[in-house]
Amino acid sequence: METLLYVALFAPLVSSLFAGIWGASPKQLFIGIITSGLIFSSFVSSVILFIHLFNGGETIHVMMMDWISAGDLSVPFGFVVDNVSVVMMLVVSLVSTIVHIYSMGYMEHDKGFNRFFSYLSAFVFSMMVLVMSDNFLGLFIGWEGVGLCSWLLIGFWFHKESATWAANEAFIMNRIADLGMLIGIFMIYWNLGSLQYDVVFATVSDLDIEIVTWIGIFLFIGAMGKSAQFPLHTWLADAMEGPTPVSALIHAATMVTAGVYLVIRSNELFSLIPDVGYFIASLGAFVAMFAATMALVNKDIKRVIAYSTLSQLGYMFVAAGLGAYWIALFHLVAHAFFKALLFLGAGNVMHAMDDELNIMKMGGMRKAMLGTAVLMLIASVALAGIYPFAGFFSKDKILEVAFDTHHYILWGTLWITAGLTAFYSFRIVMLVFFGSERYKDFGFHPHEAKSYVLWAMLPLAILAIIAGFFEHQFYEFVTGVLPTYEFSEETHHMVGQLILITTGIALTGIAIAVFSNMFKEGGISSKMQNTFIYKLFDNQWYIPKIYDEVFTKPYKELSEIFWKLDMKIVDASVDGIANSLYSTGEKTRGMQSGNLSYMLRWMVLGLTIFLVSAVAYTYSDVLLTLLQGVAK
Amino acid sequence: MIGLEHYMILTTILFMIGLYGVVVRKNLLMLFFATEIMLNAVNIGLTAISNHYGDLTGQMFAFFIIAIAASEVAIGLGLLIIWFKRHGTIDLDSLQSMKG
Amino acid sequence: MIELIAFYTFAILIVTAFVIVVTSKNALYSMSALAGGMILISGIFFLLNADFLGAVQLIVYTGAVIALYAFAMIFFDSTKDIKESKSSKLIFVLTGFSSILLVLIMTVPLTIGDVTALYPIHENVGNAQDVGMVLFTKYLIPFEVAAVMLLVAMIGGIIMAGKKMDEGIAELREGSN
Repeated sequence: METLLYVALFAPLVSSLFAGIWGASPKQLFIGIITSGLIFSSFVSSVILFIHLFNGGETIHVMMMDWISAGDLSVPFGFVVDNVSVVMMLVVSLVSTIVHIYSMGYMEHDKGFNRFFSYLSAFVFSMMVLVMSDNFLGLFIGWEGVGLCSWLLIGFWFHKESATWAANEAFIMNRIADLGMLIGIFMIYWNLGSLQYDVVFATVSDLDIEIVTWIGIFLFIGAMGKSAQFPLHTWLADAMEGPTPVSALIHAATMVTAGVYLVIRSNELFSLIPDVGYFIASLGAFVAMFAATMALVNKDIKRVIAYSTLSQLGYMFVAAGLGAYWIALFHLVAHAFFKALLFLGAGNVMHAMDDELNIMKMGGMRKAMLGTAVLMLIASVALAGIYPFAGFFSKDKILEVAFDTHHYILWGTLWITAGLTAFYSFRIVMLVFFGSERYKDFGFHPHEAKSYVLWAMLPLAILAIIAGFFEHQFYEFVTGVLPTYEFSEETHHMVGQLILITTGIALTGIAIAVFSNMFKEGGISSKMQNTFIYKLFDNQWYIPKIYDEVFTKPYKELSEIFWKLDMKIVDASVDGIANSLYSTGEKTRGMQSGNLSYMLRWMVLGLTIFLVSAVAYTYSDVLLTLLQGVAK
Repeated sequence: MIGLEHYMILTTILFMIGLYGVVVRKNLLMLFFATEIMLNAVNIGLTAISNHYGDLTGQMFAFFIIAIAASEVAIGLGLLIIWFKRHGTIDLDSLQSMKG
Repeated sequence: MIELIAFYTFAILIVTAFVIVVTSKNALYSMSALAGGMILISGIFFLLNADFLGAVQLIVYTGAVIALYAFAMIFFDSTKDIKESKSSKLIFVLTGFSSILLVLIMTVPLTIGDVTALYPIHENVGNAQDVGMVLFTKYLIPFEVAAVMLLVAMIGGIIMAGKKMDEGIAELREGSN
C-alpha cells in the first residue's frame, strides 16, 4: 500500500524530470507518450488506493523522512491517504492523464513540446504533494509548487508579452494571498505547537475563539488567492494566455480547487467559526453572480469558460462556508469533469480555427467538427445542471443547503446565477456550433481534431453524464472523514419544489439562448451593446482598470524612486570604493617610476620613519615619562 | 663658550643642506657634491664629540670616512664618465628607462 | 675669545659656501664653492684640536677629491646651465625635519648617559703622535684594508675612465650615437 502511495506521488516527478532532460531539444513524440504513461500509472495507483479505502481499509499514513527538526519545531515529510485526499488524487490524476494525452495532439506543432510536458508533470507532482500531505507546511509546499508551475505554464509562450504579463499577474496575486496563508500557518504553529493535521484538529477546539477566527480568516485569504475569489480574481481570466490544456488542467480541475480543498480539509477549524463560514459563503455567492455577469457578454471563448469556472468556485465556497463540506467536494469533482471537457473542446475549436478566440468569427461549426460539438454540448448541459447529468446533483444540493440554513438571499443569488450559467453556456454552444457559418467570411478552414484526442476526451464526457448517480456512495465514502450535513425536516419536504424551481430557471436560460434569434445571426445586438450594463460586464466591471490605477501605477512609481535611490546610494558607494582604490593605485604608481631623485626622497622618508620608530620602541618608557612631564 | 652644542648645530645645518641637495638636484655630478657635503658634516660632528670627551675614537672614524670618501669619488666619477660617453647627458631624468 | 670669532667666521662661511654648492645653476661655481667649503672645514678641525685630521682634510679632500672632480669636469659640458627640478616647500621642510631628527637621535643618548673614553687623548704628546699611536696599533687592520680599498678604487677608476684614451670625446660621442 505504501508503495502505491509513493508511486502515485512520485511518478509525476519522474515524468517531469525525464521530460526535462530533453527540455531544450526539438520535439520528440516518445516524451509525450512516456509522460502520459507515467501519469496514467499514478492514476492507476490512486484507483487501487481508492478501492482499498472504499472496501473499508484504513487510512494510510506514511512518514517519509524528518524534514525540519529545529528546536521545538518538528515537521516531518509525511503523507496521508484518507477518503478526502484519495478523492482529490483520483480527480487530479484522471484529468492529468487525459490532458497529457490531449496535449500530444494539441502541442503537436509547438517547438516547446518537451518543455511543456516537463512543466505539466511537475504541476501534477506539486498538486499531489498538496493533496496528500499530512501537515500544513507540506500543503504549503505543494501550494507554492502549483503556483510556480502555473506561472511556468501560463507564460509558456514567453515570447508573447501578454502571456508573460498574465503569468506574472497570476503569480503575484497568488503570492499576496500566500502571505495571508503563511500568517495563518504561523498562528496555528504558535498556538498549537504542531502543524500535523491530526494534532491540530484535535486541539484546535481548545483555543480561544478569537484566535481561531483569525486563523480561519488568514487561511481563507490564502484560499482566496488560489481559487480566485474577489478581489483576487483578475488573474484567472488573464491566465487564458496559456495553452488550452493548461487551462483545462490547472484552471478548471486542480489548482483553483486547492483553495476549496484547504477549506474542506480544515473543516474542523471552520466548524468552530460559523461567522467566518457565513462570510465565505456570501463571498462565494457574490463571486458566482459576479463572474456569471461577465461571462454573459464576453466574446473570447476561453474567457467565458474561465468566468464560468470562477462562478462554480463560488458555488463550492458557498457549500463549504455553510458547513456542507461533502457537498462542496462533490461539486468539485463533478465540476472538474465537465469543465475540463469544456476547455478541451474549446481547444479543439481553437486549433481548428488557427488559434482564433473570438466567437463572433465562428458559427455553424458542427458540420465540420461533429465530435467536438457533441462533447461540448454534453459538458454544457452538465454545467447548466439538467437532470440526469452530473451538474444537476451537485448544484442542486448546494441550493438546498443555502435554503436549509435560511440564507434566502444566498439561495436567491445562486438561483439566478444558475439561470445565467445555463444561458451563457448555451450562448457559446449556439454561437460556435450553430447558426450561420460566419467563419467562412474570415477564410478559416476548420477540421476535426485527431481521433485519439477525441477518444481521450470521451471518459470525461462519460463521467460528466454518470457521475451524479454515485452521489449516495460518494456521501457514504467521504463522510468517513468529513462531517455530515443533515437537512432539516422542512427542507426534506420542500426538496421536490426546490428541484423544480432550479431546473425551471435552468431550462429557461437554455431556451432563451437557443430559441432567440440573437445567436443565429451573431450575438447581442449593437443597440444593447451600447448600454452601460453591457459595457460594465464587458470590461469586467472595470476592476482590472481600477487595480491598474490604484495599485500598479503608484507601485511602479515607488519602484522607480527606489531604483534611483539604489543607483545613487548603493551603486555610488560601491563604485566609490572601487574608484578610490583605483586612484590610489594610480597615484602610488609614481613611487616606482625609476627616477633617481624620487627614489632618494622616498629613501630619506623611509629612513626617518624607521629610525623614529626604532628609537621610540627602545625608549618608549623614557619617552612616556618625558611626554607626561611636558604635558604637565 | 663654544660648547658641544654649537658644533652639533653646525653639523645639523650642514647635514640638512647636504640632504636637500641630494634630494633636489637633477644633475648627477651635483648629487655627488651634495653627498660630499653630508660626509663632511658628519666628520665635523664626530670630531666635535671626540674633542668634548677627550677621546680619539671620533677622529679615527673621521679619518677613515675621508679615506672611503676618496675612493668612492674615484669609482663614482669613473662610472659617471662611462655613462656620459654612452648617453651624452648626465641628467637624472635620462637615467629613467621605465615609463613612470 | 679668538675661538669664538674663529668659530663663527668659519661656520658662516661654510654654510654660505655649501648653500651655493647646492643651489647654483653653474657647475663650476658649485665646484669652487665646494673647494672653499672643504678648506674652511679643515679650519674647524684645527679649532677642535684635531691637527692631524685637519691636515689630512686639506691634503686628501681639497687636494685630491676636488682635483678629481675638476678633472672629471673636463669631460662634461660645463658651460650649459644645469636643469633644475621644481622643489616644493614640502621637500625643504621634510628634509630639514628628517635631518634634525637624525642628528638628535644619534646624539641625545650621548648627552644623557655618561661616556668613558675608549682611547683617551694624551695631553702631553701632540695630536699627530697620538693619532699615530692609536692608528698603527688599535686600528691597524682597518688601516690596511683601507689601503687595499684605495688601490682597488684607483685601478677601477683608471680602467673605467681610461678606455679608448687615444680618441677624443667628440668622436666617441658620434660613434655611440
